[in-house]
Amino acid sequence: MSDPILSVHDLTIDIPMGQGTMHAVRGIGFDLKRGETLCIVGESGSGKSLTSLAIMGLLPKNLKRAASRLEFARIDLQHQKPRQMRDLRGNRMAMIFQEPMTSLNPAYTIGDQLEEAYLLHNKTGRAEARARAVALLGKVGITAAESRLSQYPHQLSGGLRQRVMIAMALMCAPELIIADEPTTALDVTIQAQILRLLADLQREMNMAMILVTHDLGVVARIADKVAVMYAGEVVEQGTAQEIFRHPRHPYTRGLLRCIPVPGKTKPGEHLGSIPGIVPSLIGRMEGCAFRTRCDVAEAACASAVPERHTETGHAWRCIHENEGHENEGRVPA
Amino acid sequence: MSEQATASILELAAITKTYQVKQGMFAAAKPLHALGGVSLRINRKDVVGLVGESGCGKSTLAKILLGLEAPTTGKVLVDGAEIGPRERRLLARRIQPIFQDPYSSLNPRKSIEDIIALPLVVHNVGDHASRMQAVTKMLDLVGLPARVRRGYPSQLSGGQRQRVAIARALIMKPEIVICDEPTSALDVSVQSQILNLLGDLRQELGLTYLFISHNLAVVEHLATRVAVMYLGQIVEEAPAAELFAGPRHPYTQALLDSVLTPDPALSVPDTHLGAAYPNPISPPSGCRFHPRCAQARAACKTTPPPHVVGAGGHVDCHLYGAATN
Ligand SMILES: Nc1ncnc2c1ncn2[C@@H]1O[C@H](COP(=O)(O)OP(=O)(O)OP(=O)(O)O)[C@@H](O)[C@H]1O
Ligand SMILES: Nc1ncnc2c1ncn2[C@@H]1O[C@H](COP(=O)(O)OP(=O)(O)O)[C@@H](O)[C@H]1O
Ligand code: SF4
Ligand code: SF4
Ligand SMILES: [Mg+2]
Ligand SMILES: [Mg+2]
Repeated sequence: MSDPILSVHDLTIDIPMGQGTMHAVRGIGFDLKRGETLCIVGESGSGKSLTSLAIMGLLPKNLKRAASRLEFARIDLQHQKPRQMRDLRGNRMAMIFQEPMTSLNPAYTIGDQLEEAYLLHNKTGRAEARARAVALLGKVGITAAESRLSQYPHQLSGGLRQRVMIAMALMCAPELIIADEPTTALDVTIQAQILRLLADLQREMNMAMILVTHDLGVVARIADKVAVMYAGEVVEQGTAQEIFRHPRHPYTRGLLRCIPVPGKTKPGEHLGSIPGIVPSLIGRMEGCAFRTRCDVAEAACASAVPERHTETGHAWRCIHENEGHENEGRVPA
Repeated sequence: MSEQATASILELAAITKTYQVKQGMFAAAKPLHALGGVSLRINRKDVVGLVGESGCGKSTLAKILLGLEAPTTGKVLVDGAEIGPRERRLLARRIQPIFQDPYSSLNPRKSIEDIIALPLVVHNVGDHASRMQAVTKMLDLVGLPARVRRGYPSQLSGGQRQRVAIARALIMKPEIVICDEPTSALDVSVQSQILNLLGDLRQELGLTYLFISHNLAVVEHLATRVAVMYLGQIVEEAPAAELFAGPRHPYTQALLDSVLTPDPALSVPDTHLGAAYPNPISPPSGCRFHPRCAQARAACKTTPPPHVVGAGGHVDCHLYGAATN
C-alpha cells in the first residue's frame, strides 16, 4: 500500500484562557491516503474545526499546537515557515469552509478570485487561468460559466457560492482538500448535489479529503473512514462499515440511537438520547471524558482508559470491549 | 380524516403575501410574492410538517399564523371563524411560537423565569405570585431543574435554551404551537431530547403543531400530515405516511431522494434536480417548478398546473391530470 499523504499523530491544541488552559484537542491521530475520504464527526465544540485549521496552519496565533507527527506528503508541517505554508495552501492543500463568504471577497468578481487563486501558485498567463476557471465552474455544475466570471459573490445564491468555493479550492488541483461543514447551511436538495459533486471530483482527481460534519447521514454516504470526536478526543475510528454496523464506543452507539431513520425508527416513538452536557475542557483531564454521560460507566473510567483495536484497524477508547452490537438494527441492513 | 370539515382548528384560505423589495439603491420597488395563494387546513391534534427549500415562504406563513404579519389577501380562520386584525391579539393566547435559534430568541439580559413568564405579563394574565407558580410548573414540564430559574440564557446549553423557549410558548396554554426549525441549531443528541419532549407534550396537552423543518427524517418521525412548499405555493399535501411512502409531486420526490439515511452501503443520491433556484420576483411561467423538473412537459411551461384533489390531500401537477374541483 502507498504511504499516507497525511499523517497526524498525537495532535494537541491548547487554548490559554483566563481561568487556565483549555485542552481543546487532546492527542488525536489518523492517517489518510490519496483518494481516501475521512469524515470527522462529533458534537459542536468537540474540536473538529480546530483540527482542520491545525492541519492547514490556520490556527489563531494564541492557540498552541503540538504533535509527535504532522506530515503532509512527507513534508513536516511543524517545521514550515509561514510563507512555505502559504505556498502549500491553495496549491497542494485547500480548504472549503461552511460559510462561503469567509473565503470569497465581496469586492472582487468571481473570475478575478478564481484566477488569482491560480496565478498565485502558477507562473502562467491570465488567459490560461481564465480557461481553467471556466472549465472548473462548468465542472461544479455552474451553467453559463463564462458569464458568471464577471459577477460578484452577492449576486449568487448560497448554493452557487458554495460551488464557486469548491471550484476555487480546486483551481490548483490540490492533493488534500479539507471541507468543514460544507453543506450545513444549505437545503437538503442542494446538499445532496454538492456532496455528490465533491465525491465525484475527489475520485476523479484522486484527492485525499477530510470532511467535517455533525450529520451522520452525510458521513455514512461519503466516508471511507470515520473519526468520531468527543470533547477533544477521537473516541472511535474505523471504516464507515465498522462505525455504522459495529459501533464499539458508547458515545458512537448513543449518537446512532438519537437520529430518526426513515423505515427503521417508528414514527412518534421515543428516540434515544444522551443526557447531560459536555464537560469543561479547562484544566487537567483524567479518565474518560464521556463518563458523566455514559450509561455503562464504571469506577475504572475515572482513571486511564485503554485504547482498543481490532486487526482491521477499528479503534476505540473504552474500558469495555463492547462486542456484538448490531446498532439495534437502526442502520439499514 | 372524515371529520375534516368539522375538526379544523386553523385554516388558511388563499393567503397571499407580497413584499415590495428594492434591488438597488435607485431601483424602483418590485413586488416579491412570498406567498402565492396558500390554502392549508390544520386539524386538532395534527402535526403538520411544512417542508421546502430556503426562501420558499415557510417562515412568512408562520408569521401570518402568529399574527406577526398581515396577509396581503386571503383569510385566516380559527375554529371556522375569520380572524381580523382586532382578533389577532387574542389569537396569540391560542397560538404560540418556538423559533429556530435558541441563542438569539431569548433576551440575554432577562432571567430565565422572567423570560418564561413574559407572555403572561404581555397578556396581563394573573399577578406576580401566580405567574411564578406557572413558571415552576413549566420548568418541571419541560424537564429543566428548578435552580436555573434565576439564571440567564448564557449559562444554559443549547438544548436547555430550547427548553426555555418551549416553556415560554406553553405557559399561555396555547392549543397550537408553531415550531419554525426548532431543532436545526442543535446537536443530534440534544435534538432527540427536544423531539421526544415535543411528542410527549403533544400527548399530554393535546397540542396541535405546525412543524417547519428542513430535516425530512425529523418530519417523517413527528408529522401526521405534510405540506410541501415550492416558491410560495403548497404543491402537495397529504397524510405523512402516504406522502413518504408515495410522493407524487416531482419536487416532493426530489426532496425525499435527497434524504441521507445513515447507510454506509449507499452513496450520495442523484436528485435529478436542476440547481437554479428561481428568482421569486419573476417566478417562472406555467408551473413554477418547470425549469428544474425532470418530468416537465410542454404544458408545464405555459399553463399553471391543475389542483388535483385526491383521497387524503392534493397535488398540483400536470402529471396527475385535470383539476377535480
Ligand atoms: N420582510 C421582508 N421583506 C422583503 N422580502 C421578504 C421579507 N420577509 C421574507 N421575504 C422574502 O419572502 C420569501 C419567503 O421568505 P421566508 O422567510 O418565508 O422563507 P423560508 O421558507 O422561511 O426560508 P428559510 O428556510 O431560509 O427559513 C423570500 O424570498 C424572502 O426573501
Ligand atoms: N480561537 C479560539 N479561541 C478560544 N476558543 C476557541 C477558539 N476556537 C475554538 N475554540 C474552542 O475550542 C473548542 C473546539 O472548537 P471547534 O474545533 O471549533 O469545535 P467544532 O467541533 O464544533 O468544530 C470549542 O469549545 C471552542 O469554543
Ligand atoms: S471508558 Fe467508561 S465512561 Fe468511557 S465510554 Fe467506556 S464505559 Fe463509558
Ligand atoms: S407540472 Fe410539470 S413541471 Fe410542474 S412538477 Fe408537474 S411535471 Fe414538473
Ligand atoms: Mg466547527
Ligand atoms: Mg424560515
